[in-house]
Amino acid sequence: MAVVGPGSVSLRFGSVLLILLILSGSSWTRDIFTGRNDTRPEPNREHHDQDQDHGTNATKHKKAFPVLESNYDYVRMPFEISLWILLALLMKLGFHIIPRVSHIVPESCLLIFVGLLVGGVIKAIHEKAPVMDTKLFFLYLLPPIILDAGYFLPIRAFTENMGTILVFAVVGTLWNAFFVGGMMFAVCQIEAAAAAHVSLLSCLLFGSIISAVDPVAVLAVFEEIHINELLHILVFGESLLNDAVTVVLYHLFEEFSHAETVTVGDAFLGVVSFFVVSLGGILAGVIYGVLGAFTSRFTSHSRVIEPLFVFLYSYMAYLSAEVFHLSGIMSLIACGVVMRPYVEANISHKSYTTIKYFLKMWSSVSETLIFIFLGVSTVEGPHNWNWIFVIFTLVFCLLSRVLGVIGLTFIINKFRIVKLTKKDQFIVAYGGLRGAIAFSLGYLIHEDGDNKNTRGMFLTAIITVIFFTVFVQGMTIRPLVELLAVKKKKESKPSINEEIHTQFLDHLLTGIEDICGHYGHHHWKDKLNRFNKTYVKKWLIAGDRSSEPQLISFYNKMEMKQAMMLVESGSAAKLPSVMAAAQNMEQQREPTPERMIPKISKTREAEIRRILRANLQNTRQRLRSYSRHDLFMDPFEDNLSEVRFRRQRVEMERRMSHYLTVPAKRQETPSVRKVWFEPEHKVYTYDENESPRPSDSAALLDESNRSADGQSERQKPTRCLSDPGPNEDEEGSSFRSS
Amino acid sequence: MIPVDVLGCVVPLITSQVREAARGEREPLATMGALKSTPDPIEYSDLSEKTGFSLKQIRILHKRFRQLSDGDDVLRREHFRCISSLRYNPISVEIIEAFFNRRNFSPSLQGIADEIGFEEFLAVMSHFRPPTAKITDEQRKNIRREKLQCAFCLQGISNQCLPVTGIKVAFFSAVIFNMHDSDGDGLITLEDYRHLVEELLSRSGALGKETAKAIANAAMFEVARTVGHTDPNEFYEGITFEHFLKLLSNFEIESRMNTLLLRVLMFLDMFVRSFL
Repeated sequence: MAVVGPGSVSLRFGSVLLILLILSGSSWTRDIFTGRNDTRPEPNREHHDQDQDHGTNATKHKKAFPVLESNYDYVRMPFEISLWILLALLMKLGFHIIPRVSHIVPESCLLIFVGLLVGGVIKAIHEKAPVMDTKLFFLYLLPPIILDAGYFLPIRAFTENMGTILVFAVVGTLWNAFFVGGMMFAVCQIEAAAAAHVSLLSCLLFGSIISAVDPVAVLAVFEEIHINELLHILVFGESLLNDAVTVVLYHLFEEFSHAETVTVGDAFLGVVSFFVVSLGGILAGVIYGVLGAFTSRFTSHSRVIEPLFVFLYSYMAYLSAEVFHLSGIMSLIACGVVMRPYVEANISHKSYTTIKYFLKMWSSVSETLIFIFLGVSTVEGPHNWNWIFVIFTLVFCLLSRVLGVIGLTFIINKFRIVKLTKKDQFIVAYGGLRGAIAFSLGYLIHEDGDNKNTRGMFLTAIITVIFFTVFVQGMTIRPLVELLAVKKKKESKPSINEEIHTQFLDHLLTGIEDICGHYGHHHWKDKLNRFNKTYVKKWLIAGDRSSEPQLISFYNKMEMKQAMMLVESGSAAKLPSVMAAAQNMEQQREPTPERMIPKISKTREAEIRRILRANLQNTRQRLRSYSRHDLFMDPFEDNLSEVRFRRQRVEMERRMSHYLTVPAKRQETPSVRKVWFEPEHKVYTYDENESPRPSDSAALLDESNRSADGQSERQKPTRCLSDPGPNEDEEGSSFRSS
Repeated sequence: MIPVDVLGCVVPLITSQVREAARGEREPLATMGALKSTPDPIEYSDLSEKTGFSLKQIRILHKRFRQLSDGDDVLRREHFRCISSLRYNPISVEIIEAFFNRRNFSPSLQGIADEIGFEEFLAVMSHFRPPTAKITDEQRKNIRREKLQCAFCLQGISNQCLPVTGIKVAFFSAVIFNMHDSDGDGLITLEDYRHLVEELLSRSGALGKETAKAIANAAMFEVARTVGHTDPNEFYEGITFEHFLKLLSNFEIESRMNTLLLRVLMFLDMFVRSFL
């Protein structure tokens, strides 16, 4: 993107304009089609009759066989849907062609803008635009995003900050709702507002709709700014968990606004219903999650449909929760969280990749569609612009958010170990974006006789707030993050050492807690793990995998990826020259003062890290690829350059050389590392005593033998790791791929 | 975050002590007899200075100490092994050993003890307690810097490479390092590491040796690479403390330590408040 001549810039701009024109044009023509079918059914029928007449006459005058006919009705529905999705995605593509814009403006803004354009065009030709149907939104567009978020939720960060998140979600949302609702009611009483007919309950309803932080908007904006994990999980977790509060408040106020009086009993029932909604939702999710995990235990013979189970069970969890007006979002999250560890132990690598990509794909499409529809509905929807109402809504929303965050943080920091700084508070407050959920809920408000204008007024205000938060806050949050020097997301380096030490620390701290006689966090976590291991895993994970400890599965997956890469990258014969050359280069570049150690070049290391990172499935609670903006390329699917593969090979060979070297003190024969590569559909069991089966990679073995000897002569091998113990060197370090 | 501990995971074992205290024994330790190794409240302030615990925390820990030691004034390994929940811990041996490793009492000491008194118990526990705001920063810096200098002298590296804020991490890391380094030579060799990995895997049965070896190899390789130790001419003996620090610094140990360890302390504080 950096090197762009003036000619190609104009070319790019031209192409984008062309795309825009095509889009508008096609939506226009599409609407013409629908328009014709919609608004003029009569002529069609007449036409039909005429056709029939023609048909009956056909026996008399032979009509020519129709070579080309058009029957749009037949494909209308899928055609429209596909067209819309296609347009949305083309727009997404288009944004990234324009270099500057995508850096400054978040994608969500651009999509809303496009939606506005399209909506405007449609309105200009006096057609009825497809509005964001509430059913469409809640049943089809929202679940993929939530499932994507829930499935890849970083559990450790989430549970560590659970208290904070809950406080923000529950107390914060309640505060927002009542504050905004109350203040707006006061505003409505002002003469100038001309809105005195709005009742308190309506205002509270409005407050409850607009107070909830929206997960879609938060995801869309926060993913692009790569903020540190703590802040991300705080805001995002809050946006997920406040769904329960929103659902309860919404239904509560809606019921009450139709009832005559509100008693204390009703309020009490409201509180009870909150617990029912949230816990019920979670329970539904857990049940389906367990079912899904259990099902995945038996899918070893039909790997192809494995991803479908994950999707369907999760979707069923969502729908089942919605049936009972429980919190569908929490159900979905619970299902994903519960299902994931067991499913991932059972399914094949390819299924895992499929799940990941499909989830990202669907959530990406959903998000795009949501924002575009938001734009279109804005142009379309019933509006009632009431200056005072809108302005005050905006002001009070911002005010309540800031006050809420500051006040709650003050209380929370007394209980937190890692306190939230002012900068953190600012980001949390600033990141409270509203989005499409608020809009859809607004749409759901019943239109009573005298409420007609009210609904329009509410919707206008909601849209304004949404626009303000998404556009203004969304656009400025990135420069603000830079300005305030907020900690960014740490570059993830999954390493076996980290895994080892994480576990070590956990055990250590549990031990210290036990010595202190303190049944704290670690004690219960340990108990849960033990329960999980002894009972749950046996039921939900197939075969011997159930007893596989975390560390081993982590390690094995890492090794398998490297082994596969090694096999894929072909022969090792070419390597020594490349490697020697590389080493010489490095030695010239980097002599450290005390010793002449060539460092592994940064790019190579980064490459390897990237590859490892992309392939590690089981980085426990540390999966950082929950952003669909930085999905790393899977090297198996990436047919990229020879250079890259060569680099990988070099690294692998270097690695292997460590194992193939002869430490003078200890051993005579080099210990050869045997790599077994077995087809994936088998279920792997651990069997130490099983003799090694030379299945597919005998060739590799020979090669490595040859190259080992060659290398040990040609270069001084790195005697990094000794392999003491003459008894043990026979088996070498064989390991199974999993 | 709101800790679950507040909601009353009161350890039933301590209730007898609580009842004692509630019965009006304000100074239970004074009645325990005039054994030299039992500090009376006046010496608490000394210990508080040295270790950084508050007086109340020391009192609680002392109670726990006496409970563990069945009223005796020294703890032995058997007392530790009696703790039932510790049995499930794969690294229980290391943890227990850490309490008896003289290097953890004071950096100038060496060797292994067979029994420890309350002061040593407190000394080891204080490693798991990052400094709170209760002692002044000055005090803290003085305590730590002094200890750290000695520790680093022993390990043979200069302390100029560490920032002041890294001191508490470094100290914690030192304890962990000692736990890994079983033979006490200042290096974590492949053997030590392998032993560690085996222990971590020990709970899962007979998968052990081969995989542990492979994992330990991979891990050592990684460490070597992290510290830039890829000279073909050099034989990588083991992880020195400096390398270990560098390794751990990548893992955000500090924040995790802060987050997790202080729960113990919070428990002590809150427990004290509610019962004394």
